[in-house]
Amino acid sequence: MWADAWLVAVKDLRIEFRSRVALNQVLPFALLVLVLFAFALDPDRGLLEKATPGLYWVAVLFSALLALGRSFSVESADGVRDALRLSGLPPVALWLGKVLSVAIQLLVLEVVLGAGIIVLYGTSVTGWPLLLMTIVVATVAIATAGTLYGVVAAGLRVRETLLPLLVLPVLAPVLIGSTRAFEAALGGTPSEGWPWVGLMSVFAAVYVVAGALGFGPLMEET
Amino acid sequence: MTIETDAPDDVVDPGPLTTGSRTTAVLGGVALVAIAVLALFGLVLSPADANQGEAVRILYVHVPSATAAYIGCFLTTTGSVLYLWRRSRWWELVAFAGAEVATLFTVITLVTGMLWGRPTWGVFWVWDARLTSTAMLLLLLLGYLAVRRLSADYEVRAKRAAIVGLLLVPNVIIVRQSVQWWRTLHQKPTLFSNGLDSRIEGLMLFSLFTGFIAIALVFLWLLIHRFRVAWLAEQVAEEGLEAAIAERRAEGASA
Amino acid sequence: MATPAPPPTDNAGRADGAPRSGPVVHLRGAVALLGRFPALAGVDLDVAPRRIVLLRGPNGAGKTTLLRALAGLVSFTAGEATVLGVDLRADRRAVRSRVGLLAHGAGLYDELTVADNVRFWTRAAHADAADAEAAMGRLGLDGRLRDVVVGRLSTGQRRRASFACLVARRPELWLLDEPHAGLDRDGRDVVDAIVREASAAGATVVLSSHELDRSIALSDEIVTLAGGAVVATGVDDVG
Repeated sequence: MWADAWLVAVKDLRIEFRSRVALNQVLPFALLVLVLFAFALDPDRGLLEKATPGLYWVAVLFSALLALGRSFSVESADGVRDALRLSGLPPVALWLGKVLSVAIQLLVLEVVLGAGIIVLYGTSVTGWPLLLMTIVVATVAIATAGTLYGVVAAGLRVRETLLPLLVLPVLAPVLIGSTRAFEAALGGTPSEGWPWVGLMSVFAAVYVVAGALGFGPLMEET
Repeated sequence: MTIETDAPDDVVDPGPLTTGSRTTAVLGGVALVAIAVLALFGLVLSPADANQGEAVRILYVHVPSATAAYIGCFLTTTGSVLYLWRRSRWWELVAFAGAEVATLFTVITLVTGMLWGRPTWGVFWVWDARLTSTAMLLLLLLGYLAVRRLSADYEVRAKRAAIVGLLLVPNVIIVRQSVQWWRTLHQKPTLFSNGLDSRIEGLMLFSLFTGFIAIALVFLWLLIHRFRVAWLAEQVAEEGLEAAIAERRAEGASA
Repeated sequence: MATPAPPPTDNAGRADGAPRSGPVVHLRGAVALLGRFPALAGVDLDVAPRRIVLLRGPNGAGKTTLLRALAGLVSFTAGEATVLGVDLRADRRAVRSRVGLLAHGAGLYDELTVADNVRFWTRAAHADAADAEAAMGRLGLDGRLRDVVVGRLSTGQRRRASFACLVARRPELWLLDEPHAGLDRDGRDVVDAIVREASAAGATVVLSSHELDRSIALSDEIVTLAGGAVVATGVDDVG
């Protein structure tokens, strides 16, 4: 099953590598969001600096929506969904493969955005362990929940508007948690941040299970 | 496809033209009486609060509405689980009706909350744990309903909505917990503390109690009607299968 | 005639040429719905092993739905339906890895090359990588063509690529929905040759086509479908 999941993940990443949508569109979009926040929040008044953790994660969330949408639109080519059902790939492997591919793309995005806030917002970085752990847990949370709701919305004409409506309220705790954790890390009080990492881990665990169980039934449609 | 027949007796018969029945007529009557009693005690007989003034009366509707909303969510998740596990259409419709009624009561909770907030805090909205969680609850419910109301076959809609519905209660719990932590770890001035911490007793307690009764009855009445409407809608869609098959074969015979 | 026990098949369900007992496809009064519409309104069909069966009939008769239902993609809601010994009404997923379906939709990722696609689908089916290369060669997808992104291919080339994915899996039951459509004469000849080889090697083939002359020559039996049911069957004496 792991081999199958890896096969699917590699396939998705290869598609990304050839089409370069994440690189050419999602990444610039994320950086654009950071720039727009600077316009809206006037860097000279210190607002931008205080709001940096939140703005970072909002940018990640919006970009994640694009990445998730893309992950499912590649499967909408004529006959591909049927071919996946016929292929004999266990649905859990398919789900896991997609989660892995989205997670890897998100990690790259988060690293680049991290560089973005250091450069554009002048953030000075402290509390590395907390920062890194937050990124890892939040990425798993976003990838698992996002992929599950992505399947719910997949193949529907209204997918583009339905997916944000489903995913953003669900990911609100991740936004709250990761922002607070980042604030704690950057503010020099990491002990306040770790409980949030714990909460997000619970979230991620719930969605790993829900996704693994729910993906199969969702693929079945007459 | 088999249809569960453990619905209320008067629903199994596909004949009725309305969703009313003796049960709901009685229930509706009692609910109206309860509302009248609530109005009497809440508006007239119970005293104003020392701190909040007349605004406390809104709480007699606000608090039970919040509870009703959560019960509706619980029904949605339970119904979704049972639909996925047992393929029970009856439970799926309970999930759907529960979500719609819960949405109504969530809006009532938010509006009454805002109406309470204006005289008490001076503003319509604060980002305290309770209001924020309620707003999130509304968004989660709207997401479920958006999926359930897709234009697609019943099976497609029901299964996708059931996955969303199944996760509704876990999501609500996680959201409430994170919002709670968020708002309590950063101590805000007590100006924003929720007025319910003050002791509530005597006639005020009784008014709140009648509020719960009245809202519960209205909730139940709405739930039953909404369930029946949904049930009948699905029945209508299914009729004529035999005729369709015959028609199809006739098309072949003439080809 | 004594019938030996069914041959052991691995996960990919490859046919190894030994005869099996009982029909490969057995349908009685099978009904399949697309939403509310009874696309199949009581189909009776038996297909014996190693036969090549042609499904013909007017548009809308249910040929495509029948092929998809035999693949386990569409559920039967009434009647008996058994494919390769699997009761489709009980568990239609079990049959999927043992059949190959050539559908209207290409089932290929437009952003990946021909080789990427065929190799991915072959590995997903746990089939032999060497079969993937051989299949591509057999279908004329050689050299530079293998590295062309599918989105850039012509219809005919895409069809060949889809067919290659099916051929590489070596399924026991081949379900081909208009296999000749979109192909030039050489392509159609190759398809016919491959179908004959597969049948000789033990696979059973059910195909639908409007290309009647060629298909009748290819097939052993003809089944006529109309209005979601079988209205005529015939054994083809020619070819």
